Amino acid sequence: MKKFLIPLALFLGLVVFLAVGLKRDPREIPSPLIDKPAPAFRLPTLEGSQPFGPEDLKGKVWMLNVWATWCVACREEHPVLVAFAQKNAVPIVGLSYKEIQPQDEQGGKLADEAKLKLARERSVVWLQRHGNPYSTTVMDLDGRVGINYGVYGVPETYVIDRQGIIRYKRVGVVTPQLLADKILPLIRSLETS
Amino acid sequence: MIPELGHFALILAAVVALIQGVLPLAGTVRENLAWQALARPSAALQFGLVAVAFACLTSSFLANDFSVSYVAQHSNTLLPKPYQVAAVWGGHEGSLLLWVLLLALWSVSVAIFSRSLPLAMVARVLSVLGLISTGFLAFILTTSNPFERLLPAAPEGRDLNPLLQDPGLVIHPPMLYMGYVGMSVAFAFAIAALLSGRLDAAWARWSRPWTVIAWTFLTFGIGLGSWWAYYELGWGGWWFWDPVENASLMPWLVGTALIHSLMVTEKRGSFKAWTVLLAIAAFSLSLLGTFLVRSGVLTSVHAFASDPSRGIFILIFLALVVGSSLTLFAWRAPQVTLGGSMGLLSRESLLLSNSVILVVATAAVLLGTLYPLIIDALNLGKLSVGPPYFNLVFAPLMVPLLFIMIPGTVAHWREARLSDIVHELRFVGLLALALALLLPFAMGAWSLGVVLGLFLGLWIALGTLQQVLFRVRKPGRIGASFWGMHLAHFGMAVLVIGITGVKSYEVERDVRMGLGEQVTIAPYSFKLVGLQDVKGPNYNAVRGEFDVFKDGQFLEKMYPEKRRYFSTAMPMTEAAIDSGFMRDLYVSLGESLGGTPAQWSVRVYYKPFVPWLWAGVLLMVAGGLLAALDRRYRRSVNKAAQPA
Repeated sequence: MKKFLIPLALFLGLVVFLAVGLKRDPREIPSPLIDKPAPAFRLPTLEGSQPFGPEDLKGKVWMLNVWATWCVACREEHPVLVAFAQKNAVPIVGLSYKEIQPQDEQGGKLADEAKLKLARERSVVWLQRHGNPYSTTVMDLDGRVGINYGVYGVPETYVIDRQGIIRYKRVGVVTPQLLADKILPLIRSLETS
Repeated sequence: MIPELGHFALILAAVVALIQGVLPLAGTVRENLAWQALARPSAALQFGLVAVAFACLTSSFLANDFSVSYVAQHSNTLLPKPYQVAAVWGGHEGSLLLWVLLLALWSVSVAIFSRSLPLAMVARVLSVLGLISTGFLAFILTTSNPFERLLPAAPEGRDLNPLLQDPGLVIHPPMLYMGYVGMSVAFAFAIAALLSGRLDAAWARWSRPWTVIAWTFLTFGIGLGSWWAYYELGWGGWWFWDPVENASLMPWLVGTALIHSLMVTEKRGSFKAWTVLLAIAAFSLSLLGTFLVRSGVLTSVHAFASDPSRGIFILIFLALVVGSSLTLFAWRAPQVTLGGSMGLLSRESLLLSNSVILVVATAAVLLGTLYPLIIDALNLGKLSVGPPYFNLVFAPLMVPLLFIMIPGTVAHWREARLSDIVHELRFVGLLALALALLLPFAMGAWSLGVVLGLFLGLWIALGTLQQVLFRVRKPGRIGASFWGMHLAHFGMAVLVIGITGVKSYEVERDVRMGLGEQVTIAPYSFKLVGLQDVKGPNYNAVRGEFDVFKDGQFLEKMYPEKRRYFSTAMPMTEAAIDSGFMRDLYVSLGESLGGTPAQWSVRVYYKPFVPWLWAGVLLMVAGGLLAALDRRYRRSVNKAAQPA
């Protein structure tokens, strides 16, 4: 008669896996860049100051947040970043990713200068409306820096340590819970080590 | 006011569902007829209340009431009216409400069309349905209330996901859910039979038409989903082995095994325990599908915004429903008597083989779908399982399954002789083989895979036709279920040939095109002759104009679009598709590549046999409907159980 218990046993095994799986986040994608140096770049900033690169923040723990004004999820994430920035825990650098989309150029191909101008205008308006959590924002118009960082989708967030090593990557929206449970403790341990 | 009314109706519905779930069942234990008699009216009342809630939500959508958070997230004043209605089930909360509405609809249908059933049986069935409904209503009310207010109200809604703004998607979820939820009726009958201890032919007879209807809806729903993916996603694929697709395929596979197993149980009294297990499995897989989609444990193109608290609720509910049914099964199944004896080769044994293959195929799909989750849970890393796995595992399982289909309809009950079967099918087999070997030459390329696929399709088609011809020549009335079965089998044949044809002969070209340029997939050429800006109600689009030539002769114009909806920045592809009897031509506009003159990336596909996929599905659906509507179905089956 034991054979009639087999379906139940199989099912209970399945439930255990589902329960464990529920605690995991399928969007937490391990990046090959974890524990590797953050790829170097030097890009124009939104503010129009000197071009920025990761070396500028060597010796500091900082966050890189990939965003764009066309990104719907970024709008959801943004207030979380703004609140986090007010704590002044670490500098957050914004990476404006492919702000100019192909459909923006339907009237004809834009020159690089015009692209940068349009992207700056749009981003400034957007940040004025939603708040600016970034110490600086760099403009990755052609998305090449994004490729080097393995950007998977916007928004994305990286934590980079004092030696310029990527310690954490988040694909998708950063939540207050994620900040409190994972990112902040990580930042603290990186700052004390 | 209206949203609050809807919310209130939903709360009342939960209370009524609880009454429907508990009292009639308690009535069967205490032999209290008055309590048992509550089953029907409470099912009707529950349906009425859920319908009121659903109507309230719909009216909030039509009134553009953006003070309702769910409406503000999924609608927009510019959204065309039909899509405002469809937007009701365009998100998590509303699709659950639709689930519950359809469950209540199935319950009330059982209540109405069960006059011939003993009251105790009706009470048990409706109680089980009531308990399921209670769980879902509690889920909606505690974690996913669609009537939640947004204060202050949003000035404008966010719009329905543009991917969902499509006629196919308007009816895909209701059809699919009708199938999912319909499996709950087969489940409820199985549980009622286990509870009563009367697992007999009568139980199988009662639940057969319900199961066939549910299967029919599920078939139609899956077909619609596939059709939608094909023309809306713009990459010409029609099945992706996406977790959510798998979630609908698994109940379908088990449901297919179930309708065949129910037939054996009804006619021969055999495999009772197996049939009950299939009925439990079919609904459990529907629930599992809901869990996978709603909890966000797996990533998928279908993923709605997910929330872990919802996942925990569904998981607990799943564990309760399936765990208690399987416990009941383990307790009661050993007492089930064995049915009529069967020979090693008989219709029973062939049908059993087929249902075992279907269950193995389901297990393979389940494993592939959950494997990433299991590996992650064991801390062995992250991975994804893609189409190569599923094709590798699924296709070899389908070969014997499709092959046995025809002997299974020819073999005698109880004891069949191989020589009889071979004798009856020898011409069909030879003809199918000859055609399968020769036809690929006519189509251009010969390969073993094509021959095998064509052989199986032709084998089923010709075998079915032969049996229909034999039967028509004999005297006697032919029941609708006979036509239904053969029509559905014929549909399967068309589907198999279609899949073989698409897989083997499709040609895809991704090219860069400017105005005046052309691309050729022999014998067709596609010339880009124009690009216009067009305005839709809630989007702007660029529309390409293509002249299509066949062998140099002008054939037609095709107009693929690239749409940009105001609400999102994601551009959407509207492919232009020209369907013929034997092939589809498929043109979709990719990205603008800039340049002067403007260059666009363009995808041009020649897709032979795609219309056969949809025809196959529609034939199966028609077959299912015919079989379910057979009036003799519920009465004369005992007569048919004469051993041949």
